[in-house]
Amino acid sequence: MATTDQVRETVNAVYLSDSRRVLSTLIRLLGDFDVAEEALHDAFRAALEQWPRDGVPANPRAWLVSAGRFKAIDALRRRARFDALDELGDKADIAVHDPNAWADHESVEDDRLRLIFTCCHPALSPDAQIALTLREVCGLTTEEIGQAFLTPARTLAQRIVRAKAKIRDARIPYQVPAQAELPDRLEAVLRVIYLVFNEGYAASSGTSLTRHDLSAEAIRLGRLLVELLPEPEAVGLLALMLLHESRRAARTSASGELVRLEDQDRSQWDRELAAEGTTLVERAWASRRVGPYTIQAAIAAVHAAAPAAAATDWAEIVALYDVLSQVDASPVIELNRAVAVAMRDGPAAGLVLVDAILDRGDLSDYRLAHAARADLCRRLGRAVDARASYERALELTRQEPERRFLEQRLAELTA
Amino acid sequence: MKYLCLVYLEEQKLHAVPDSECAACGVGLRSSGLLIAAEALQPIETATTVRVRNGKMSITDGPFAETKEQLAGFYLIDARDLNDAIQVASRIPPAREGSIEVRPIRELSP
Repeated sequence: MATTDQVRETVNAVYLSDSRRVLSTLIRLLGDFDVAEEALHDAFRAALEQWPRDGVPANPRAWLVSAGRFKAIDALRRRARFDALDELGDKADIAVHDPNAWADHESVEDDRLRLIFTCCHPALSPDAQIALTLREVCGLTTEEIGQAFLTPARTLAQRIVRAKAKIRDARIPYQVPAQAELPDRLEAVLRVIYLVFNEGYAASSGTSLTRHDLSAEAIRLGRLLVELLPEPEAVGLLALMLLHESRRAARTSASGELVRLEDQDRSQWDRELAAEGTTLVERAWASRRVGPYTIQAAIAAVHAAAPAAAATDWAEIVALYDVLSQVDASPVIELNRAVAVAMRDGPAAGLVLVDAILDRGDLSDYRLAHAARADLCRRLGRAVDARASYERALELTRQEPERRFLEQRLAELTA
Repeated sequence: MKYLCLVYLEEQKLHAVPDSECAACGVGLRSSGLLIAAEALQPIETATTVRVRNGKMSITDGPFAETKEQLAGFYLIDARDLNDAIQVASRIPPAREGSIEVRPIRELSP
């Protein structure tokens, strides 16, 4: 017989590995996020009481779902007495006759997808989608999410409460979208994951520890999505995140300064992550349904393949940007392409393109456009133009490490 | 579940979609069992706002909101869920000129 402490450890382990799965199934069975969350806690409380006495069940997850469902119905019965019981009864009886119906692998994995798609429903505001996904799918507390996004926990809690109320009152269905809607809806999910990743990736000092966790969380989400729904763009996004993540250690210096890709110490790159990312890019590419995430990942993979900055295959990168502008034309992509052209054909060729973009006015308030122009002018020895553009970029930047980086460049120009 | 699809249009676009097309949309929705009621509205200048404060009724001309778009009509539909309602809303012809606000109907508590 296991000791109480051992059982307690088992319960904790099951909580870590399975609480989100149990929750996603309870939401389906009970039809309400809040009721399901309460049921989840009741179920784990019951496990702590009963498992030491009765032993750990053969299928803990099914036991927890069953216990949670039972507790919820019991609580609702007591609360609601007889009113509205009929409606609840319909929902709660779904799986009554077949206890395995809520435990079989496929429907449980579908529940996890249902949860992801519901949390990322486009009828919810983008902020709410992110908060709800981190709370419900990843199981972070509102305090943790608040810290990571530098937002008061109370604001986040309100955002989550409001989102859940909308799901309930406007009746956002708990389902994986039909094939016809899947591309658009998947895009929303991918956007949420990528925003979470970037929020963690862009941070580089101060609270970097908690914020780094966001990138790890996004990668975990990306992996989950690829496991549940291996659409090429989901694979491409995971590849992109892994390839970016592989450069994290080299991206900032010991003193917290930003290090440009070309100046990074490539021996610090995480080869294992890069290799995994590259393999995933190839897999997504082979589907012949390439989207923007896959193409960006392919560009990151070209960088990862170069043993030194000077050995970068810029012709390949320009070609990939050409493909990218076809599927996802935007001035920012055009700017990145111009920078790649500058690397392939020299700064003068790049400057013509950057100036054309800036002249159109599309990116006149985009700091990186001015920083790129400054850099090209510097390489061409046009110090006055370089200075003006660095100064404009400095005016526009909001990030401290970026500001220091630009000030450093400006100082070098004077020296 | 019932949803009210409110059609908003800028004044100069009130007649951008032919009436016949809106009528056909209504007929289509009705035959698929989704439509409860649908009407187009007279322009906002014909609106009157009624308020009762402290038992006293006041009447004012038009709504005060200074928005470019005005309520041009509505479709009261019966849909399975929000996804279903959004699908219906996207088929309402003025969706391409203005916007359709989809609002779930709240059942009055007994």
